[in-house]
This record gives sequence, structure tokens and C-alpha cells, in this order.
Amino acid sequence: MTYVRPKFRHPELPKNKLGYTLSYYEGALSTLCAGCGHDSISAAIVQACYDLDIEPHKVAKLSGIGCSSKTPAYFLSNSHGFNSVHGRMPSVATGANLANRDLKYIGISGDGDTASIGMGQFVHVIRRNLNMLYVVMNNGCYGLTKGQDSATADAGSKNKTGQVNLFQSIDLASLAIELGATFVAQSFSGDKQQLVPLMKAAMKHQGFAFINVISPCVTFNNNVGSTKSYDYVREHVEATGTLDFVPMMSEITTEYAEGSTEHLVLHDGSIIELHKLADGWDPHNRISAINAVQHAKAKNEILTGLLYMEKETTDLHDMLGTTDIPLNSLTKEILCPGSGKLKELNDSLR
Amino acid sequence: MSAGSNSVNDFVVRFANVNGTGSASANFLFTKSIFRMGIPVTPKNIFPSNIQGLPTWYEVRVSEKGYLGRREGIDLMVCVNPQSMMNDVKSVKKGGYFLYDSTKKLHDEFIREDINYIGIPLMEMCNREFNDARQRQLFKNIIYVGALCGLLDIEVSVFEGLFAEQFKGKEKLIAPNMKSLQMGIDYVKQNFSCPLNIRVERRDLLKDAIMVDGNSACGLGAVYAGATVAAWYPITPSTSVVEAFMEYAAEYRVDPQTGKKNYAIVQAEDELAAIGMVIGANWNGARSFTATSGPGVSLMNEFLGLGYFAEIPAVLIDVQRAGPSTGMPTRVQQSDILEAAYASHGDTKQILVIPSTPRECFEMTADAFDLAEQLQTPVIVMTDLDLGMNDHVSPPFEWDDKRIFHRGKVLTADFLENMPKFGRYLDVDGDGIPYRTYPGTHPTKGAFFTRGTSRDEYAAYTEDAGAYKRNMDRLMVKWETAKKMVHAPELYQHKNHHGNGILFYGTSKYAAEEAIDLLKEQGIHLDAIRIKSFPFNSTVEQFIAAHDKVFVVDQNRDAQMRSLLMIELGINPEKLTSILSYDGMPITADLIQQSITNNLSIHKVKEGTLS
Repeated sequence: MTYVRPKFRHPELPKNKLGYTLSYYEGALSTLCAGCGHDSISAAIVQACYDLDIEPHKVAKLSGIGCSSKTPAYFLSNSHGFNSVHGRMPSVATGANLANRDLKYIGISGDGDTASIGMGQFVHVIRRNLNMLYVVMNNGCYGLTKGQDSATADAGSKNKTGQVNLFQSIDLASLAIELGATFVAQSFSGDKQQLVPLMKAAMKHQGFAFINVISPCVTFNNNVGSTKSYDYVREHVEATGTLDFVPMMSEITTEYAEGSTEHLVLHDGSIIELHKLADGWDPHNRISAINAVQHAKAKNEILTGLLYMEKETTDLHDMLGTTDIPLNSLTKEILCPGSGKLKELNDSLR
Repeated sequence: MSAGSNSVNDFVVRFANVNGTGSASANFLFTKSIFRMGIPVTPKNIFPSNIQGLPTWYEVRVSEKGYLGRREGIDLMVCVNPQSMMNDVKSVKKGGYFLYDSTKKLHDEFIREDINYIGIPLMEMCNREFNDARQRQLFKNIIYVGALCGLLDIEVSVFEGLFAEQFKGKEKLIAPNMKSLQMGIDYVKQNFSCPLNIRVERRDLLKDAIMVDGNSACGLGAVYAGATVAAWYPITPSTSVVEAFMEYAAEYRVDPQTGKKNYAIVQAEDELAAIGMVIGANWNGARSFTATSGPGVSLMNEFLGLGYFAEIPAVLIDVQRAGPSTGMPTRVQQSDILEAAYASHGDTKQILVIPSTPRECFEMTADAFDLAEQLQTPVIVMTDLDLGMNDHVSPPFEWDDKRIFHRGKVLTADFLENMPKFGRYLDVDGDGIPYRTYPGTHPTKGAFFTRGTSRDEYAAYTEDAGAYKRNMDRLMVKWETAKKMVHAPELYQHKNHHGNGILFYGTSKYAAEEAIDLLKEQGIHLDAIRIKSFPFNSTVEQFIAAHDKVFVVDQNRDAQMRSLLMIELGINPEKLTSILSYDGMPITADLIQQSITNNLSIHKVKEGTLS
């Protein structure tokens, strides 16, 4: 294992529209276990931001506590990061977003951080349709405290010590759809082909975008009998469809047979080309999306891909009616009513 | 029988009402009429944690001398609540008055020989005059205000003015209100000798004073200080802070062109989320605050520790109520002092500012935003239920238009461009305060990782013992810097004269100032100091050092401020004598006077036996 990431980069590495190479989007060297699914998800975020020509310093990355919450250090080193307290990333992200609506917000959480200690904040950030990407790196266990079951561990799943989990699991994707999330997807850390375009679509979504990524814990939950192991997930993944992300202004080149392909237009005009595989599933219909997830579950399958999305949504700022200008840039002249008004107010209090 | 025999502008009226019957506005009308007569007046709302049905009291002290603390002893009881009548009768001072609804005859058990009864058939009068049930209820309240107008000799024209203001745009309501008032006046004039020997006389003692509650003042202070993000969770007695912010922001902060708001208010799912949002917004360069009470501060502890350690500004307004646990949610205490001062696990110290008047609530809330950003740490405004929810006579609000928002050490893109390596936690200036950057400032410089875990000067995660200790020690350097920046205490004398001193803070100010005068009359002279902040600056230390004995007034059981003084300043416990009030009612001058008199006489006796 290397402890230092080599600084050398090939001078001819391709650059994106902003003139940045992929390496510009990387972060510090990961200290997670070798083979951890989370590192693949970090890599997908790096790729997505590079592909989308996002200015890294216009991104704020926030997290709670746990293995997953360490990852913001491992991507976008030119972005401000905030590793907050356990289960409270959504509130910190909400405050940050209210302060400056012009940045992009990426929230990283885990299954413990979201489905247990942070459940309250998770459900409420969904209700508020905060404009952010919320990623759960879901491995069904508490890695940092050595492998205890989490609330997303499936009933009957066996952990490394051979113990069988007795409790029902919380299905975060279904919950998000039910609570009114406006973009919900599910993926697998081992499926970069699917994860990167999903990340891109989610980042372009105007509103709350949730991606639940099954991300095996190689150290504590990759054993036989676990339903979150690499082998199990690979065998049980069923995709809603394959998809390509086509940024706004790009020419659509690939062609698919009519009927199997749908173009989902995002807020800024970008398009998701979706090649549907699941029958009777409509990504714009909440009930249909929940049904699709539940049907797959009944067959012991994990449904991945885009599950649900709304094109036009009203995010928290619009619901509150806040100004288009970032609140953190308003000056005293705009914010302070001044002594004249205070004099009037004093008079009214006599 | 006499009630303070011929007492002009010096008496206490208490109203005993049923919660939810519209009595609050009638009672406030009474208070405001005294205020408009130019006489110092202080109302205390003694209300239950209930929306409708339980007994509620409203106590009004009128004081020519300008004493605005609560005073024991009721001169006139207005009792319109049969539920509490037995206790209400008992609570009247000997020689005092008991005003009641005489529609039904008063039972014998309510009769005391040593007080005067003023029976007015309120219900009967209302039923005769008004048909609608709600009107009967509301105007009954106005009739008793009218009775007081006659009994206490309040000018009728004052009420005319108040009604005209209250019902601006709803002028139809003025006539029935005036009529009810007049019914009360006429009845007492016909049936009793008016005015009573307690009465008011017009004065000009209030000058430019205003009457307002502290919570409104805090909300207003946040508007003036440029707060743009408020996140909160409703809890008595702090709720009206954010409601006031909401109201003032709607008035002053809506863009006239677009109709959009130059602020955002989020009602959070709990106090944890509320303070989390505040931390997030401040981290991202917006001035943000929340308001809560003791139970909320308990829940916010974890984030307050993060704010302290990761050095993120935050403003929290703690409107203290009686604890522990749910305690008495509608009663006052100063019992969050220690919890707030050391909020969160590990070695933490939090900045406290402690206002005593609505004017200070306004100023200190505004100052708290400057302090929080300059010191890059949470600042807690320690107000209380009495100050927050009761109306107070206060000096008017003042704002200097030349005042700037002190945003602290924040690096701009230009500065970052030209500087060598940015170190988020580097003590460049030697004051313990490092430089920060807002997200989104510069493409390649100034980004850093904020965390509650230990880190080095460049914000890189480390478990290195030396780096951790350097950081903890720098935070103490910052703490020393804070001592010079927080509000200096108020000293009541230019030079210390006496052997004994008295130290108080927050709403104890009113009772303490009165007690000092009362003691002076007894020949006991005290130097006095009012603490306005934590950490204590050197003046506090000097004051204690200069006196043999210092009485420390705390409205809590555990003498929390005394403990804090001992811990932080290393003061000999024997030097600090506690005066405690913790029954949930605002402290009185009487209690302070008695405690000090007793203490000093015991001390004298001891000295006598020794010599």
C-alpha cells in the first residue's frame, strides 16, 4: 500500500472545458481499507465533477461521522469540506445552502449516519427539498467501530462473526421516494458505468437528489451470508435501465430503438437518456417507483439505477421566497434598517 | 384600614384571571395607561404552561422611585378567577383591597377583616349590555380596567388615546371599549369613595423611555446586526425571539423591487437541527442565529462543542427558564449559567453576554454577532423569561449608522492570491484568532476541511500530541483575547468605598439596585458591580479583590455564578456570599435586603463573641 500519492501527472492528460485535468478533482489519499466500496464512490464523484466542468471551489462537501463521512477528504481538495457531527450533516448543509444558494452541495453520509442517528434530519431535509446531492454509502454495518449491524442490514443477513441480524432493514430509497424526494436513485459502488451518469444527473437536478449506493465493507461485511457483500450484490443487482447523461448543448449521437429509450430533460436542459429495462416502471410516477423497488425486493433483488425524478421542483429557497442573491453577500446597507426606522419604532413603543 | 396609607404612585396590583379569556390585552392596557401617565411601572406575567383554563396572574408594580423589580405584597387584587380565589384573598396585604365580581355573593370563607372589598357585578353588567358570549367575556375585562381607572384616578383621556391606537383601522371597536370602560368608572364612582388611598398622579419620570419585552428586542437586534439565517425550534420562553425577528424582517428586509426576502427562517425539526443550521450558515459566511431555552441548550451541546473546537461563529439566545429537565417552563431562573459557560464535552468554554434591559437585549444581540465572528466561536446571549417575555420600561433603542459589521478575520480572493500558504488554524497575529475563508472564494487557494477532530495549523487531520496541545493552548490565548473584547461590567461607583460589595447580573439588576438603596437607609453601604459577560474581564477580578466580602446574587439554587467566579478567578469561597432566589418568581429587593442584613448581623454577633 502506498502512503503518498505521486504528484507526477502525464502532461498530456486530457482537460475539461475549464482546462482542468481529472487529477485536479482528486482529494487526499484515502485512509479507508483497501478495496472499500466508498473509494469507488469518491472516484465517481471526481469523474462526474470533471465531466460536468464544475469549478471545484464552487462545491461545498459536507458529511457526518463514520467511514463514509471521511470520504469528502478524498475528493475535490479545492472545495471547502465540513466533517460535522454524527447524523447532523443535513442540518449543516441546510444552513450552508441557505447562506449561499450559488454553490453546489454534496452531502456524504453512511447507513449509520443516516438511517439511525441521523434519521430525523434525513427525513426533514427531504421534506424541505434542499438543493443538494445526498449520497449514502451503504454497507449495512458500522465500519469504524468494527462491524456492528446497522439499520440497513437486511433481516437474516449474517455478519463477519456469524451473527444473524434479527431486525427489519430500513429501505432508504423507498423512504426517500415516499417522503417526497424529487430525485432518487440506487446504485452499487462496483458499477461505475451506472454510478457516474447517475451522479451527473443528480448534480444537475434542481432540488434534493438522493443516491443510495450499496458499498460493501471489505473488512467487516463481505462474508458469505451477508447481503451487502460484493458477491451477493453482484448476483442480486437488477437495474431499472441503463442510462447516459447528455449535458445541455451536446449533440445526441447514440440512437436506440424507439420505445425502449426515454429522454428525461433536467432543469438546465441536460438530458438523461434512459434505456429502460424494468417493465411497467415510470420514473416520473412515485407509486410506480416504489412498486418497482418493492417488487425487486420481493424477489431478493436490489433494484438500481434511476428510480424517480421530477423535472421542475421548488427548492427550499423558492419555498421560502429568499432573494436570488446569496444571503452571505448582502451588505449592511441592504440588511440594516438604520437609525431612522429605529426612531419610528421607539415612538411606537411609548 | 390603610394600604401604605395614602400611597401615591407606589403600589402593586395583581390580576387573577383564567388563561385564554383575553385578559392579557386588558391587563396590558392598564399597565400602558400608567406608563402614559409618566410613572415607572413594571408588569410581570405569571402564567401557566397551558393554553386555556388554568389560573394566570398579572402583577403590576407602580413605583414613583423607579424601582422596576418585583415587590412582595399585593395592595390591590383584581380577582376574576373563582378557581384561585382562596389563595388570592390570602395574598392581599393587610389593609389592601380585593376587587371581585359581585354578581354572586362572596362566601364567608373569602372574608377577611383586615382588607377592603370592592364588589362589582361584572358579569351582570356585561350580560345586560352585550349579547354575544365572546364580547361579554372581553368587555368584562375592560369594565374592571375602567373600575381601576376610577379607583386609582387614571386619566380617562389616556385610555381614549390607547384605544385609538389599538383599534386603528378597526375604529368600530373604539366605542364599545370606551363604553365598557365608562361602565366601570361610573360604577365605582357611584358605589365607592374614589380615588382610593392608593392612586396615581401624573408625572414626567419616564422621559424618552420605551416599553417593550426583551425577546422582541433580541429579534430586532438580530435584524439590525444583519442576521440573514434564523433556524429555530419552538420552546417557551424563547419562541417570541424568532417570531419578532420574523415580524421585523418582514417589515424591513423584503426587497421592494422583487418582493423577495433578504433573510431565511427555518423552523427546524428539533434544537439539534436548529443549531446545526446556524453552524452551517455561519460557516458559509452568513450571520445566523437561533433562540432556545435550557432544554434546547442541553440538546445543542454537541454542536456548541463543534463550534468552539472547529471555530465557527454562532449566536444563540438562551431565554432561561426554571429547570432542571422540563422544570417550570413558564417561570424564571438564571440556572443555565454553568451549562452554557461550559457547554459540550471536553475542555470547552463559551462566550456569554448577559443583558438586563430590553435596550441591552437589542445591543448585546447585535454585539454578539460581531463577537462571534471576530472570535470565531459561539456566543450565547443569556437572557431569561422575566426579561424576555415581560414588558419592561427601558431606555430607547439606539443605533449608530456609522457602525460597521465586524466580520472578523476573513480572507478575500485577492488576499489569498498574494499570500504564501494559508493555514486555517495558524495564529498569525498572536491573539489566538486565526484567519478563515468562506467556501467559494478562490479556485485554488483557501479551501480547507472543517472538522471536529484534531487537526494541525493547516487544518490537516492529526492525532499528533504536540499539534493537538498547541491547538488547545491557542484556544486559551483566544480566550484571553476575548476577555478584552466582551462587555465590561457596570460599576456603580467611580472608586470602591466600602468593605463589602454586591455582584449581580441579568434581571437581578432591578431588585439589587433597589436593595442597595434600602440597605443604605439602614446604614449598610455596599459597592456594586453588574456582570455583563463571560469570560470575566479584569474589572471583575479587581472588584472582588478590593472587597472583604462580596454578596453574589444568583437566581438559581446552586449559586452558579459564584461557582463560575471561583473556578475561573480562583477566588476563596469564603469571600463570596450567595444570595439565592430560585422559586421561579423574579427576585425581590426584599429578599436581597433581608439576606444581607441577616448575614451582616450574624457576622457582627460572631465578631462580638470573639472579641
